[in-house]
Amino acid sequence: MSVESDNPIRAAIAEAIAEHDVILFMKGTPEMPRCGFSARTVATLEALGAPFAAVDILPDPRIRQELSAISNWPTIPQLFKGGELVGGADIIAEMYETGELQETLGVESVPPEDQPDVPEATTPEGPPLQIDNRLP
Amino acid sequence: MSTEEIKERIEAGVPGARADVTGDGQHFRAEIASPAFSGLSRIQQHQLVNAVFGDELGDRIHALSLKTTTE
Repeated sequence: MSVESDNPIRAAIAEAIAEHDVILFMKGTPEMPRCGFSARTVATLEALGAPFAAVDILPDPRIRQELSAISNWPTIPQLFKGGELVGGADIIAEMYETGELQETLGVESVPPEDQPDVPEATTPEGPPLQIDNRLP
Repeated sequence: MSTEEIKERIEAGVPGARADVTGDGQHFRAEIASPAFSGLSRIQQHQLVNAVFGDELGDRIHALSLKTTTE
């Protein structure tokens, strides 16, 4: 009896993390974040021009519950790269300032003095992942 | 929960930790220095602190923002 068969939501989350090199679990969508922390993280990723998939955790409370169980991380947003949790809003902001985020995500590093202020969230290219479509 | 209580819990729960905590009773920010963070990633450092509070995070404590250092 596998975890997958017992818990389809957890399996869908684990699969999404495995399939997408950079994936952000957030409240709302990149176009319409529903929390300041999620909005700030989206704006940071967009300022770097880093492509990412996004999952809105709000449609079903079990998504957040299962995500936190997988990641051992209590809050949203959560950014994953290569299947590993990179951080939440604080860590992402801190890593952006030090240049570690650019390095971790493999995007071109911008010298600190030339770094843009994190702008308002704009529409990213391509549709975000809608996890509700992935669930049975 | 008070900033004082958060500070005490962190300093009791993380070996060798010194914490500065600010907050309004629901949203808190803690700057924590501990040798126990040495060799850990930021995620692991924060997980060490988060573990002190467990399910209280997001419940009694609406938000706890962390900055961790090893010094």
